Amino acid sequence: MTQPAQSTSNPLLQLWRNQESRGVIIQIVTMVVVFALLAAIARNVVINLEAVGKEFSFGFLLWPAAYDIGFSPFLEYTNRSTHLRAAVVGLLNTLLIAFWGCILATMVGFVLGIMRLSSNWLVSKLSYAFVEFMRNVPILIHILAIYAIVVTLLPPVKKALNVGADAFFLSNRGFYVPSPVFEDGATLVGIVLLLSIALVYFFKRWARRQQDDTGKIYPVLWVSLGILVALPGITFIATGMPLSWDVPVLKGFNFKGGMAIKPEFLALWLALSLYTACFIAEIVRAGILAVSHGQTEAAFALGLRPNRALQLIIIPQALRVIVPPLCSQYLNLTKNSSLAIAIGYMDITATLGGISLMQTGKEMETMLIVMGVYLVISLLISSFMNWFNHRIKLTER
Amino acid sequence: MRQKTTAVLSAAALVLGMVGTAQAGTLEDVRDRGVLRCVVSTGIAGFAQPDANGVWGGFDVDFCRATAAAVLGDASKIEAVTSTGKTRFTKLNAGEGDVLWRNTTITFSRDVSVKLRFHGVNYYDGQGFMVKKDLGVGSASELDGASVCIQTGTTTELNLADYFSSNNMNYEPVPIETNDEARQNYEAGRCDVYTTDASGLASTRSALPNPDDHMVLPEIISKEPLGPATRHGDDQWSDIVTWVLNATITAEELGVTMANVDEMKGSNNPEVRRLLGVDGSQGSELGLSDDWAYQIIKQLGNYGEIFERNIGVNTPLGIARGLNALWTDGGLIYSPPFR
Repeated sequence: MTQPAQSTSNPLLQLWRNQESRGVIIQIVTMVVVFALLAAIARNVVINLEAVGKEFSFGFLLWPAAYDIGFSPFLEYTNRSTHLRAAVVGLLNTLLIAFWGCILATMVGFVLGIMRLSSNWLVSKLSYAFVEFMRNVPILIHILAIYAIVVTLLPPVKKALNVGADAFFLSNRGFYVPSPVFEDGATLVGIVLLLSIALVYFFKRWARRQQDDTGKIYPVLWVSLGILVALPGITFIATGMPLSWDVPVLKGFNFKGGMAIKPEFLALWLALSLYTACFIAEIVRAGILAVSHGQTEAAFALGLRPNRALQLIIIPQALRVIVPPLCSQYLNLTKNSSLAIAIGYMDITATLGGISLMQTGKEMETMLIVMGVYLVISLLISSFMNWFNHRIKLTER
Repeated sequence: MRQKTTAVLSAAALVLGMVGTAQAGTLEDVRDRGVLRCVVSTGIAGFAQPDANGVWGGFDVDFCRATAAAVLGDASKIEAVTSTGKTRFTKLNAGEGDVLWRNTTITFSRDVSVKLRFHGVNYYDGQGFMVKKDLGVGSASELDGASVCIQTGTTTELNLADYFSSNNMNYEPVPIETNDEARQNYEAGRCDVYTTDASGLASTRSALPNPDDHMVLPEIISKEPLGPATRHGDDQWSDIVTWVLNATITAEELGVTMANVDEMKGSNNPEVRRLLGVDGSQGSELGLSDDWAYQIIKQLGNYGEIFERNIGVNTPLGIARGLNALWTDGGLIYSPPFR
């Protein structure tokens, strides 16, 4: 059992022949090559920027932006604001569309996924056809098509459809709805609402503990709803209904007052949500099919009613399969929202990565910021979904 | 395994190659390639638009062709690099185009911060507003509260913001990427007003189903001197573009036209002889052949001919010379002498 003599002849060759050290060597070489490439690219960029005489700096963020943004629901913004503020307005618009997009996509996705599993032939095939149509056409086409439909099919603003009570109007400039105006005492109602939410939370915990200890099941849902409706409702009436509505009225060129859901937002929201919903539908279907039928039978054998079986046995196990791929769909939706620029929805790609870039000529800097912003949003979504996944994972006892 | 490595290496080389762009010697690059690449718009009737056969034509494209005629001796050797208002400077600075002839306003920040070089004005423009006649609006000061369609990434976007805020008026900006999309939105009534340079409005109006239902408001709210641009760092190429434009203007001033350019070669006027390369060596000093200006006039005509052919009163656009008449006719078009 002696070592073969030739392997000791050259120590370098020996290192190479050893599987473990060879792995380390290959990794080091790969790292060096990758970093050399990155360095070469960075150097090239610096040289080229210098050659055209451009300085790499972020000072432009504090210059006045000088352009207007038509859709800024959260922040006061005028054309005297800075590029930084324009970027924040864009970021908030991106978050807004991503938030509502994820919610609608999840809702539609779950419905489509469950429809697909229905034993009713028509329902199942309808879902199938819709899913296959939506997900096999590029998302940009959906956005442009829905926008074109909204803008050309809906009537112009002077002939806006009165869809209810002289307060809701539909036109190709947007869906106008009354906006709430809070008066004195509204804060109290808000505080009571928050208190009721806290109360519901503690009631739920108490009910769970009672169930664990005594086996008695409390009607948590109905009691919670009662608390949430009754307490703020009573306060609202007691404070003399401190709420009025600002109703939109056609004045001059446009509606004044109220709130408007702009066609750009509507088209982008529908397109992103419906497109992503189709992928979510398939994920949901896969998740439910992944729970073997034996689980349902076992639940019934234990005497659980069908909806309790669904709630306690099927859904928790299906979620385990559904949540991880759901996360990547949320990421896709958020990143796809950058297509907003095609129809003039002012997200961060359109403000900082579009007009600010154009007006200042800072391609490198603006693009780096935009990339960084999407990266951070995506990482936040990922970590939230990881946390959620960890929370719902099966506790095996 | 080996194939994979080769693929990775060539991909890396590609990335590096794409990042590096040629900085000097645009003239040599164009000659080697045998074709001139011009950054032009995605389509504005009369200024830059492909015809049914896909051949690009229009006022700006003709100046691009004039550049090709001067540099390569053949006006057909151009390639149109289309760009939206937003991508044009990036495309130019990244070396995708050799020169930009794309109704682009000369401004301080574009000259200084975006690092472009401008070479004079080929069209004096100003920003105007177009509305439907049935709105009953007679002046831009009545536009408070209107929705305004606007091409994003342009100077018009900034002028619009300035105009409305300095007149204490509100508006809803409806940002649009291209002229065609703006027209669709304007037609559908998504916006009440379309604003862009007056030349662009004339062009858009001519392309509407019933041009007479629309009117351009009398106010011109900005100065928009449109002209060609090149990258920083290539003085010879800058000179060529500058003097291509000046040659067309000087030719009109001297009465040299597409039709009479051959007989004008025998003219007694020394400036005509210098311009057409009969006397002197101005072409070789520019790095071109001595008949460079002759080629421009022979193939495309002088400034006035280019104007009238593409956007003049006898075209659907019907734009009068106005500010763009020669200085001798009360306009602003003026070229330094060929001396």
